[in-house]
Amino acid sequence: MIQKTNRLLWWVLSIALLISLIPVTGYAQGSDPTDDDVNAVAKQLYCPVCENIPLDACGTTACEQWRGIIRDKLAEGWTDDEIKTYFVNQYGDRVLAEPPRRGFNWIVYLVPVVIFAGGGYLFYRGFQQWRSPEPDRNLRNKDKTTPKPVKLSEDDINRVEEELRKRSQG
Amino acid sequence: MVAEIGFGSLFVSLIVSIYGVIAALYGTSNHQKKWILSAQQAMRLVFPLLTITVGSLIYLLINNNFEVVYVSKVSSLSMPLYLKITALWGGQSGSLLFWSWLLAGFTSAVTIKKWDRDQDLLPWVIVVGLGTLTFFLVLNTFFENPFVRYWQVNQDIVQSFSQPAGGFIIGPRNGSGLNPLLRHPGMVIHPPMQYLGFVAFIVPYAYAMASLIIGRSDDRWIQLSRRWTLWAWLFLSLGLILGARWAYDVLGWGGYWGWDPVEISALMPWLSGTAFLHAVLIQEKRGMFKQWPIVLIILTYNLVIFGTFLTRSGLLSSVHSFARSTIGPIFLVFIALTFIASFWLLSSRWDKFKSRQELTSFFSKEALILISIVLLMGMLATTFWGVIFPNISELITGAKVTVGPPFYERVAAPILGGILTIMVICPLAIWSYVSFKHLGKLLWKPFIVSLLGIVLPILGGLTKVPAVIAFWLVAFVLAVNGFEFVRRTRLRRKTESESFLEAVFRVFQRNKRSYAAMIIHVGIVFMALGIIGIEFFQTETQGTLAEGQELQLASYTMEYEELQIFDTPDARNVARAVVLVKKDGEVLDEIYPRRDFYYDSNQPVTIPGVRSTLVDDFYVILVDWKAVTSEGATFKVYHNPLVKWLWIGAWVIIFGVVVATWPEKKSSMAVSKNARPK
Amino acid sequence: MKKILLWGGLAVLLVFLSIGLYRSQQGQVGKGEKAPEFELISFSGETHRLADYHGSVVILNFWASWCESCKPEAKDLEYAYQYYLNRGDVIFLGVDYVDTEPEALGYLEEFGITYPNGPDLRTEISQAYRVRGVPETFIIDQNGIISHVQIGPYSSFEHIKSTIDPLLD
Repeated sequence: MIQKTNRLLWWVLSIALLISLIPVTGYAQGSDPTDDDVNAVAKQLYCPVCENIPLDACGTTACEQWRGIIRDKLAEGWTDDEIKTYFVNQYGDRVLAEPPRRGFNWIVYLVPVVIFAGGGYLFYRGFQQWRSPEPDRNLRNKDKTTPKPVKLSEDDINRVEEELRKRSQG
Repeated sequence: MVAEIGFGSLFVSLIVSIYGVIAALYGTSNHQKKWILSAQQAMRLVFPLLTITVGSLIYLLINNNFEVVYVSKVSSLSMPLYLKITALWGGQSGSLLFWSWLLAGFTSAVTIKKWDRDQDLLPWVIVVGLGTLTFFLVLNTFFENPFVRYWQVNQDIVQSFSQPAGGFIIGPRNGSGLNPLLRHPGMVIHPPMQYLGFVAFIVPYAYAMASLIIGRSDDRWIQLSRRWTLWAWLFLSLGLILGARWAYDVLGWGGYWGWDPVEISALMPWLSGTAFLHAVLIQEKRGMFKQWPIVLIILTYNLVIFGTFLTRSGLLSSVHSFARSTIGPIFLVFIALTFIASFWLLSSRWDKFKSRQELTSFFSKEALILISIVLLMGMLATTFWGVIFPNISELITGAKVTVGPPFYERVAAPILGGILTIMVICPLAIWSYVSFKHLGKLLWKPFIVSLLGIVLPILGGLTKVPAVIAFWLVAFVLAVNGFEFVRRTRLRRKTESESFLEAVFRVFQRNKRSYAAMIIHVGIVFMALGIIGIEFFQTETQGTLAEGQELQLASYTMEYEELQIFDTPDARNVARAVVLVKKDGEVLDEIYPRRDFYYDSNQPVTIPGVRSTLVDDFYVILVDWKAVTSEGATFKVYHNPLVKWLWIGAWVIIFGVVVATWPEKKSSMAVSKNARPK
Repeated sequence: MKKILLWGGLAVLLVFLSIGLYRSQQGQVGKGEKAPEFELISFSGETHRLADYHGSVVILNFWASWCESCKPEAKDLEYAYQYYLNRGDVIFLGVDYVDTEPEALGYLEEFGITYPNGPDLRTEISQAYRVRGVPETFIIDQNGIISHVQIGPYSSFEHIKSTIDPLLD
């Protein structure tokens, strides 16, 4: 019963994970692109000069010019991906919202997968261990006798009482 | 004169702080109590001293002393009084001073309690607290001195605190003023709250380190720091939420979180801080997994220091970054020392913390909490990786890349989903033992109610599966908490003859922590609702309108009614559009998006006009890089469903933490009214 | 074993942070350093490589059409180009930083610039020279060593001349 509910939970989480990975794709535009069409593409790009500002939110002259280029390209019928590739060729990979999936950059996507797979596995192993803890071998007493009680001095008893009193007030 | 007082008190507090560290170390290694008491006095003194420093800087700001370099950088004649005061944290050196002052506040506050019981911890708490403060004061005194002034020496203008040979002070007529983006009520509260959140974690950290240093492995340090931790967590959460609110209000991209590297540096300690809070719970209730809280508080504190290093050192590229500064290298040394010391202590005491670790079931409360901690840590590791990857990439391949929202959202969404799922079961789970029959009995009613969370959205036309699942989880968590609360209240009423309200009150009183937790979790779920609404369902449009024209979005129409242009007394030119929000032809509201142009700094800032209800926000902002005239103004309009719940959730969380930390009366014997000895 | 991993990880992190910090504090490529190689494809389609100009003095100017402070020096640079043109061993190259072609060509026409200019594709050249903003000009001597770095615009033609003449005999 426990195994089944475990598995159910994993399925639900995995499905949720998979669904959220479904990418949103763009589509080609016809002539006379609206502001919204331009922004839809600009949203996916970052300002090449300013720090971490998406191209649709950036107010500088340069960004206006770049949006103008997007508008022109859309009017010519370019797709979102073609426009993004153009920007990358002009200004480098950092205009994209994510590192392009090639070469060294694969690491950025692999590491989180490793983190989660590894973490999940470690936790699973740990969980197995915690479910059935090993009997504590150190407890196995060699001489099998109960230890003698230690005699406490008056002094010690007073200190213990004082400590207890403090704890009930603290 | 005032600058001298300011710097003087800063310098004295540095000396006092160093003295405190040395005295505490000496006193504890030679078992001389009077040195430790002296160190405690020193720790008490730093806060008043630094208050004088901060007071001096504020005085200089208010009185337009532009010969002080910092004042001319962040203030100007036309700024209103409240902004001049907030300019205290408007630039690098002032905000570092502010940070030190808050840090001193916390370390001094810790000395106020009676230390009789924990004499062994005290010296080390002092060492850690004042040691950290010393570092920041060194930064303030030698690297980022806010009291540096302009001097004219022959033909040049020199910046220095003390008078250079042959120089005399010169004072510019006016300052450049605060960056207009910062001239917002948000500036008043977001940075202080954020800093409070960061800095407050020094208290549990100091207690934890002290406990480690003297080799204790009990949880006395947890008891001592419990309230501090809760407040630190609250401040940090509020800091993040206020930052989000401010971004939403001012930045004009209709969003609240941009996954900017500096935002992430503030998020990381929050993730481990939340994990820490929950790990503490397991240790307290079951005495198990004792290594987790201590690892997590060390991680949290180190992330705070690391985050502030990233922000101030120029290593990150971000809209939040301060101007390039020289503190980078010494900060790195401090981080190295802190990390190494913490890790070394942890590894040498590691075995002392080995505790019985036993989980009876996957669904027991402690197992669920452990899973949520693992999820939070996974999120933390991934965001950390995302933040440092651009630097790694540049180092190894030379290419600059951006790791942006798509990367983080891909991870954050399932984790939030996982945490919501856990929140469904957790209130019902019991410590150490789970009976599925019992769990099932408690779950089936809320489950039925939660189906509303699937049915209603689908009826409303929703087809996005992740969104439906998300709504269902939200409904489920709320239902579970609601039913559980009612059930326990009913149970109490069965044994006592109380009115329903009285029972509610008593139930809270008897089990304050668990109900406070329930409230806080409900607050988080409200925030999740807001996030789901805006992330999945935000729509936007942009258009240029002449007066009288309309634009449509979602089921609303906005009409550009008129434009008012005027100057304000604080050197702004305001172009204020009057916009009507309509639905089905009926005018619902009038809102005023405007563009403020600041003469001082030649910069515009746009403030949106928003119609906000529980169901959605209709958000209109002027596009400030286009002309704003009656013939044509460009508007960007966003429709943000449910976003108000994000802010409601924040209030609920505040309420929950207040309940959790409400001072309790000394526990007396609770006598049942109906009990009668037989 | 776990301890080694953790300490190793911490060490890697600290080393990485130090390197990152050092690099962020580094300024532009400086005087006395070897000028980084580059390949510039001009707007008219010609390829210019730094190696091709070994033996000549190269004036490498970074600019952009959206850059207000680039404008004052534009005419002076063209004038200097014309001044040294007949010698044949003083080369002017303009690198257009993160710009758009129509606006860039408009800028060149506005200031009558005739020496070769091309876009900094993928910002590779500006990254190699660790350019922090525009305008910045690098004077490279006949042996490929940087002899002067000008941050911000030149104040006048005389100023430009004063950074080139010492390299010529």
